Amino acid sequence: MSKFRKVILTTALLAAAGFASAQSTAYPGVGRPATPKEVAAWDIDVRPDFKGLPAGSGSVAQGQDLWEAKCAHCHGVFGESNEVFSPLIGGTTNDDIKTGNVANLKRADFPGRTTLMKVATVSTLWDYINRAMPWTAPKSLKPDEVYAVTAYLLSLADVVPENFVLSDKNMAEVQKRMPNRNGMTTKHNMWAGKEFNGTAKPDTANVACMKDCIPEAKVASMLPDYARNAHGNLADQNRLVGQQHGANTAVPENKSTPAGVASTAPSAKPAVKVADPALALLGKHNCTACHAQNTKVVGPSFNDIAKKYSGKAEYLAGKIKAGGAGVWGPIPMPAQTAAEADIKMIANWLAAGAAK
Amino acid sequence: MKTPDGIQSGRVQKAPENFLDRDGISTVIAESKAGRRNFIRSAFAAAAAGVAAPMALAQGNPVPTEGGDPNILNLPEHATGLGQGVAANNGYGVPSKFESNVQRRQSPGLTQTTQASVSFAPLQSLFGIVTPSGLHFERHHQGWWDIDPSKHRFMINGMVKTPKVFTMDEIMRLPSVSRFHFIECGANTAVEWGNVAVPTVQYTHGMVSCSEFTGVPLITLLEIAGADFKKAKFILAEGGDGSSMTRTIPMSLILSGEVLVAYGQNGEMLRPENGYPLRLIVPGIQGVSWVKYLRRIEVGDMPYAAKDEAVHYMDLMPDGQHRQYTNIQECKSVVTTPSGGQVLLDKGFYNITGLAWSGRGKVKKVDVSVDGGRNWRQARLETPVLSKALTRFNIDWVWDGKPAIIQSRATDETGFVQPTYKHLRAARGTRSIYHNNAIQSWLVQENGEVKNVQVS
Repeated sequence: MSKFRKVILTTALLAAAGFASAQSTAYPGVGRPATPKEVAAWDIDVRPDFKGLPAGSGSVAQGQDLWEAKCAHCHGVFGESNEVFSPLIGGTTNDDIKTGNVANLKRADFPGRTTLMKVATVSTLWDYINRAMPWTAPKSLKPDEVYAVTAYLLSLADVVPENFVLSDKNMAEVQKRMPNRNGMTTKHNMWAGKEFNGTAKPDTANVACMKDCIPEAKVASMLPDYARNAHGNLADQNRLVGQQHGANTAVPENKSTPAGVASTAPSAKPAVKVADPALALLGKHNCTACHAQNTKVVGPSFNDIAKKYSGKAEYLAGKIKAGGAGVWGPIPMPAQTAAEADIKMIANWLAAGAAK
Repeated sequence: MKTPDGIQSGRVQKAPENFLDRDGISTVIAESKAGRRNFIRSAFAAAAAGVAAPMALAQGNPVPTEGGDPNILNLPEHATGLGQGVAANNGYGVPSKFESNVQRRQSPGLTQTTQASVSFAPLQSLFGIVTPSGLHFERHHQGWWDIDPSKHRFMINGMVKTPKVFTMDEIMRLPSVSRFHFIECGANTAVEWGNVAVPTVQYTHGMVSCSEFTGVPLITLLEIAGADFKKAKFILAEGGDGSSMTRTIPMSLILSGEVLVAYGQNGEMLRPENGYPLRLIVPGIQGVSWVKYLRRIEVGDMPYAAKDEAVHYMDLMPDGQHRQYTNIQECKSVVTTPSGGQVLLDKGFYNITGLAWSGRGKVKKVDVSVDGGRNWRQARLETPVLSKALTRFNIDWVWDGKPAIIQSRATDETGFVQPTYKHLRAARGTRSIYHNNAIQSWLVQENGEVKNVQVS
């Protein structure tokens, strides 16, 4: 059957099923009805009223196993890690579960805000884990696995007990125990519509005074001297010409220099750099999800690897292919399935010093 | 400052012969020969004090003793040789090599990965209102992709008569509009809520950009699918990348015709980092709602509480409540030059320039203060002044060499006046993270260096 006839037939079937009735006729030939199969493949969102939630279930125990295999290396075994992303768990109490308001959110001195402190809707957790996790393989979890992982997370915050089995049947009950379920308000003026019960006016009301508006202004906050070069040399971050040039922050500020004698800035960086093709591969194969150039993320930095295994391209290629554990820390690196040529190129780049 | 070719560029302090008496000149020359340039400056300052101000100012481009500028007297290679041919760089032009300092940059330590991260646009180096596409700020939630447009599909489902799918070919057949709009991340200026945290306007305000976007009004596509405009109150926009970003958008905004399904940006296709081949344009609304790699719109009757509207992009109030579904970027402005990390090379005339914008419409006026907010003068708004687009403002200023605190304050067409930090903190405390539209202050020090400050 031709493709065209298939489309016609599908349209007819949909029409028969009551999907297609009156359509805009202003743009004939543009767009076609989506098949139920197509809609099912993409319509994965879950609303706070659980519309869209597929049937299924998963236990805290199953979730813990999945967590340790697929989630812990970024989020920590107990969802508490601050190494790669903000912590998921912590800061909520059993009292919050009763009141539905996380008390620590009122405290200006409480360090950090975890996901469980903020999120009001359990559907949000399920939806996001389902659509976007794990970090390097989104949408790879089956619904039962999403239930299990969600159950494990909730158990860490004592929202559900350790022997709990989360399912589409009991999600609404779990919602009633979310620690910050009463923590949201739409009484504000910053939603661009009238769909919520927002306020009529903005919450600030400055006036455009023109003369003698305030007493003398005093500087209340500025960067300390030691942070002068924390963002790199600002001379290199401004154009070479212009009414102002960048300050040379690679040297201490000359506070006694009067106006009109700018410290000379260093020359611009070499203008044209050809990037090593291996750099593109690092992104392509998600290496940079766990490794960074200078700093340890989940795995060691490229610079550290290059230092340790200088000239050992073959060894590195083998390690990338087979994966490994124990050399740099307790978190294992899984075996990589990238093309042989790509792996070689990355290994050569590392062995040659990992130049950026 | 030296260019890579070793040619002197930029300004040089002029010796102040014109403004000194005979004795003064001989002293200055003697001191100059002895290499005491500092003395020249103080002599100049003393001399300047007694003379009419405008004449007393240093010239940035003095006549060298040889009687002419070597850049004029000695013809350069580009005036005496053969230049380069057409269609260089594989047929796509790139900026001058002398512009290599003008880059989008990450803020050190802000994020642990580059895939869930931000790069900031170099506002200090931009002119007019359009952000060059290669300098547009980036915010990715799970890394960016370069998607084959022939395989990209766009779906509409939910409260519609017929769920529909469209190819890029089909979307690009529909009547298109091209409009200039700003996009600002809800977390722009976030690090400054409590105190000064970063040195330059690139890092304080660089998560705003402005482009001419081309696409199809979303309402046209919803009409094709037969959306139930009576019952539907919201739509969900969903991305086609790994994070499959989702955001709830008010139907009322879509009915206005402003929301676009866009493929064009500044005359070419969207850049991959900005959502190639398709992204949602939601004028006036924070960037996270401008879903990139747009694959689906669901029409619905309740908000979706997606991760980026139920965990992030909410505003924490002092009472511990979060304002949810805050999406408007309220009226805001910033002076882009002089700004933090820059150095004023001389006293004298400067053009203070900056950007203003409002998520509620057009910018009506911008006032500028050079004394920390005590007195203000109205700046010139440069055309075009467009709704929910960046607006460029300029104002003349003669710097007398004394410390100055430069601020700008925008008013939009609703009459809303950009708040001070005092106003903002009184309303929302200091822990809100998002939607910081406070008046920015730049301290011009006596040594010419400009610092990011907050004033009391």
